[in-house]
Amino acid sequence: MLLVRLAFRNAFRHRLRSLLTILGVMVAILAFGLLRTVIDAWYSGVASSSANRLVTRNAVSLTFSLPLAYKEKIRAVPGVTKVCAGNWFGGIYIDEKNFFANLAYEPQTLLELYPEFVIDDADQKAAFLRDRKGCLVGAKLAKRFGWKVGDNITLRGTIFPGDWEMTVRAIYRGARSTTDETQLFFHWAYLDETMRANYPARAGQVGFYLVGIADPDKAAEISKAVDAQFANSLAETLTETEKAFQMSFVSMSEAIILAIRLVSFVVVLIILAVAANTMAMSARERTGEYAVLKTLGFRAPTVALLIAGESLVLSLTGAGLGLALIIPCAKAFGTFMTDFFPVFAVSDQTILYGLLAGVAVGVLSGVYPAWYAARVRIAVALRKVG
Amino acid sequence: MAIPLSYSWRNLLTRRATTALTAGGMALVVFVFTATLMLAEGLRQTLVATGSPDNAVILRKSSETEVQSSVDRSSANVAATMPQVAVDVEGRLMAAKELIVLISLTKKSGTASNVAIRGTNYASLELRPQVVLKQGRLPEPGSTEIMVGQSVVSKFAGVGLGQSLRFAQRDWTVVGVFDAGNTGFASEIWGDAEQLMQAFRRQSYSVVVVKLSDASDFEAYRSVIEADPRLQAEVKRERKYYEDQSKALSRFLKVLGISLTAIFSIGAMLGAMITMYSAVANRVGEIGTLRALGFKRREIMLAFLAESLLLGTLGGAAGTFFAAFLSFMTFSTTNFQTFAELAFRFTLTGEIASWSMGFALFMGVVGGFLPALRASRLNIVEALRSG
Repeated sequence: MLLVRLAFRNAFRHRLRSLLTILGVMVAILAFGLLRTVIDAWYSGVASSSANRLVTRNAVSLTFSLPLAYKEKIRAVPGVTKVCAGNWFGGIYIDEKNFFANLAYEPQTLLELYPEFVIDDADQKAAFLRDRKGCLVGAKLAKRFGWKVGDNITLRGTIFPGDWEMTVRAIYRGARSTTDETQLFFHWAYLDETMRANYPARAGQVGFYLVGIADPDKAAEISKAVDAQFANSLAETLTETEKAFQMSFVSMSEAIILAIRLVSFVVVLIILAVAANTMAMSARERTGEYAVLKTLGFRAPTVALLIAGESLVLSLTGAGLGLALIIPCAKAFGTFMTDFFPVFAVSDQTILYGLLAGVAVGVLSGVYPAWYAARVRIAVALRKVG
Repeated sequence: MAIPLSYSWRNLLTRRATTALTAGGMALVVFVFTATLMLAEGLRQTLVATGSPDNAVILRKSSETEVQSSVDRSSANVAATMPQVAVDVEGRLMAAKELIVLISLTKKSGTASNVAIRGTNYASLELRPQVVLKQGRLPEPGSTEIMVGQSVVSKFAGVGLGQSLRFAQRDWTVVGVFDAGNTGFASEIWGDAEQLMQAFRRQSYSVVVVKLSDASDFEAYRSVIEADPRLQAEVKRERKYYEDQSKALSRFLKVLGISLTAIFSIGAMLGAMITMYSAVANRVGEIGTLRALGFKRREIMLAFLAESLLLGTLGGAAGTFFAAFLSFMTFSTTNFQTFAELAFRFTLTGEIASWSMGFALFMGVVGGFLPALRASRLNIVEALRSG
């Protein structure tokens, strides 16, 4: 007990220095937590994917389409419950800077396949399903542009030329915190009919099919059965689980993720340097005191423990403050980076790792000074002071 | 008389462990800072070098990338036969009607990524003097032969000379490897445009790239093409086009890198501050003596600031030194705008090195200012007594 009190007292003897150290650890833990959250955000699409959904796309690459005729053939595959045609639309709202995901889907099947898109108002839902030029937007997206139900908006097509007018008919919210609330969905029929009128060669083409299956354990089997149907055709397909599909986007930027992971380790190294520095200084300054403690009969391990305790007090206080700040900071950072990360939430794991990092820094930065103090010879240390 | 620099230097040497730890922390920050700038610069240089100043790109109106664009045959012919388009020695128009499609290939690391395949014609090579055949030979026009860029060869599996790729229901033989220097073309695969269009059942080209006989004709050329209602096309300078391609990615890299270093640098400055405060605390008596000897407050302050600046210099030099080794590495990632893989180098320029050093010195000044101020404010008598 005495030891704990002593460790606390020591930690705050040099008030300014301790404060600076705590601040340093705080900033670093904060940075570490934010970096991990950035990586989590990257994988949010993967995390929110369902095992009950498959994605069928052109085997060559996502930029190639599939014929509409495949839809019924896929539905006929045993185990498939629902099929929804979809296209990445890639439209621009007023300016390129306002990037957000916008896709064309068959509305009824989309809502059936994605129970996590919750439309609270039944009238809104019915209105969206009824209006061919209606669209469904996420709550965050609606908030970003101040859209309300009934607003008319125009998207400029980049892949599908022209100005596309639509009306906001419904707003969805996510059933979970990891659900992306920044997307816009509109009727696939609107897209196809407009293409049929203006560019007949591009009509009847589907970017990808969302496939609902009854039994997730049969995902591999069903994928194989779907792809076998179209083997050696003009448009061979590649069917994979939604998770694998989302993962393929993540792996495209694996180099950046790797860099961020590396950087988050660098952060821990920096805190370590700052904290170790402080501890080394305290140990050197207090060499005399340790000698006195030893003279009084305290054993070397006790003295070492005292120093390690001091180091832990400093680093844990800093880590605690840093962790307390993570959530508000992530919120601020998230609104700033909303173009890139639709979901930006701090996970429990991040908090846990932050805490572990704090403990690790406390222990590691205390090791050398503790060892030094335990080892120091009384006579030498006393002479230095005298 | 000012306190000599060697005094500050010797102080750092006395506390070797502390100096190394503080400078090390700063070095890590400078390293990350430099690496970010090097990455953004590498990306910029790669894409700027990809475009030539006197080439113009014709895309479908409001499509932002080649992949999204389509230009039908008759429009392509109109664009290629304008009087501003240059003619080569054999009297052929310097116009490349190209097709760009993305295919998914497996990387050596096992993951898949999109690679751009460019269907080319005779003019494609003439328009891009940066692209030079390195191994093998050029693909025969009208055949299913392809050549691959050196970044593709080094990053992807099964694309070496003599191997063949299967896509669009055909086998394509790799007959050549080309060196495109530090440009975006190095991440592409080139083959015959007409063959690729048939294989992928495309009716139209993606873009037309023309060389203008005079770069100053650009505006005239653009106004004619964009005013022509048959074409529904947009004309950009090739260099501008490639710069636009990098916007999203480079903005992302910059935002991420700058916010990271901003946070880190706070940590490093705190580290420097701790070190300098303790340097002052340890030498109160010494400072008193110096003052008693007649050194002025300003000189004491300068001596401690110099010490902190030296610390920053050490950190900055170490950080920049290690970051310089990154120049031997290429970084490869998917460009958000085109969805195709793009390899670029970490590029260190004199400007970046001076920014990094400046940043390190700035950290030194900020970290050392308050402690130095405190040292200079010490009361002579009290300082001497405490020593």
